[in-house]
Amino acid sequence: MIACADCDLLQHVPPLSPGAKARCPRCGCVVAKRPSGPKDLPLALAFAAAVTFILANAVPLMDLSVVGRTASTTIVGGAYQMWLEDERITGALVTFCAVIAPGGYIAFMLTILLATRRSPVPHWAGELLRWANHFQVWSMLEVMMLGILVALIKIAELATVSAGIGMYAVGALLVLFPAIIVTFDPREIWNRVVWAGDDATPRAPEGAVVTEPPR
Amino acid sequence: MTGVALTAAQAGLVSCEACQLLARPANPEEPGYCRRCGEKLEFRRHASIQITWALIIAAAVCYIPANVLPVLNTTQLGTTEADTILGGVAFLYTSGSWPLALIVLIASVMIPLGKLVALAYLLITVQKGSVKNNHDRTRLYRMVEFIGRWSMLDVFVDTFTVALVQLQPLMSVAPGTGVLFFAAVVVLTMLAAESFDPRLIWDSATPTPVPNG
Repeated sequence: MIACADCDLLQHVPPLSPGAKARCPRCGCVVAKRPSGPKDLPLALAFAAAVTFILANAVPLMDLSVVGRTASTTIVGGAYQMWLEDERITGALVTFCAVIAPGGYIAFMLTILLATRRSPVPHWAGELLRWANHFQVWSMLEVMMLGILVALIKIAELATVSAGIGMYAVGALLVLFPAIIVTFDPREIWNRVVWAGDDATPRAPEGAVVTEPPR
Repeated sequence: MTGVALTAAQAGLVSCEACQLLARPANPEEPGYCRRCGEKLEFRRHASIQITWALIIAAAVCYIPANVLPVLNTTQLGTTEADTILGGVAFLYTSGSWPLALIVLIASVMIPLGKLVALAYLLITVQKGSVKNNHDRTRLYRMVEFIGRWSMLDVFVDTFTVALVQLQPLMSVAPGTGVLFFAAVVVLTMLAAESFDPRLIWDSATPTPVPNG
């Protein structure tokens, strides 16, 4: 039994077949879903995302050349330039949304997925999962990508611009991020997490109901 | 579920916002923390209406300088030109890429304004205890939550323009003060969307004594 996140209606979620979703009968919000696909797929995707993320941050996003002079920038380099130009808060915000939040999300997901390969799932993995969700909200790689494209087209009027390897890496991340989110099953992990103060498997305290029997 | 629809709050249960675990707090005044994931438990988000109002008023105040002050200062061969957000849109339009001009116009001008209007409408209808259009209002809230991040677009455009065009003494671009206000609008409206509790929309239809709403 769970309560809908959007309207608080109490409801039973029936056992879902792979790929199925359960919607709240009152407000239509998706209350539960079970992804299809192999169980280790999110882990593989998270590994791929980690490698791609390092690449995306290590190499220049794009190069610019005008009358024999060249310039290039990485993601952090862009934010650092803002910092140098005395727009420190904006620089920090860009760093947070484009580097720290997505990087933290990938790192936390990798840790969680590795930790949950065995049962019982340690309590800290649940805490990490909670934080990973906060990072996910502020991770804006797709917005950054569109922003870079607009900037490129603006600058292309003035100089020759070419996309670097970093740009393709960011493009790959735009596919990997939603893929992790879609294939990842948080409910399955929540059902196996050890509760605070417990040392064994999940146990329902008085009045609380565990959503599903552990699979 | 059979019979009369019941909300968790009516049944005296708190649903964890992070992991959806239902808990029956011993003391409804202070539900404490979720035993499974450690999230702070609340029947409804704390002071949701007041905090959301405060954030959208602050965002509305920042919205004016964000649009009036320049976001980019371009220095080319000794002359400096200041561009506002709308100036940037006009530049994209005249340089022939009207689809991009439209994207920037929607992301930078219309989405922030739309979010402010939408959240104000949701707050007013919740405060009046409206029971009409609950589905549409929930959908509106979900849209505000989903679309909000895209108004960050112009901040990224300005950052990467500034980062790339550093070809002193030929040409250079520096950020203007408008960027800070614009970033503030985006962050404040995102926080406002997070502090608004959509469950309040439905509470008027299912009256409940909510301890810490």
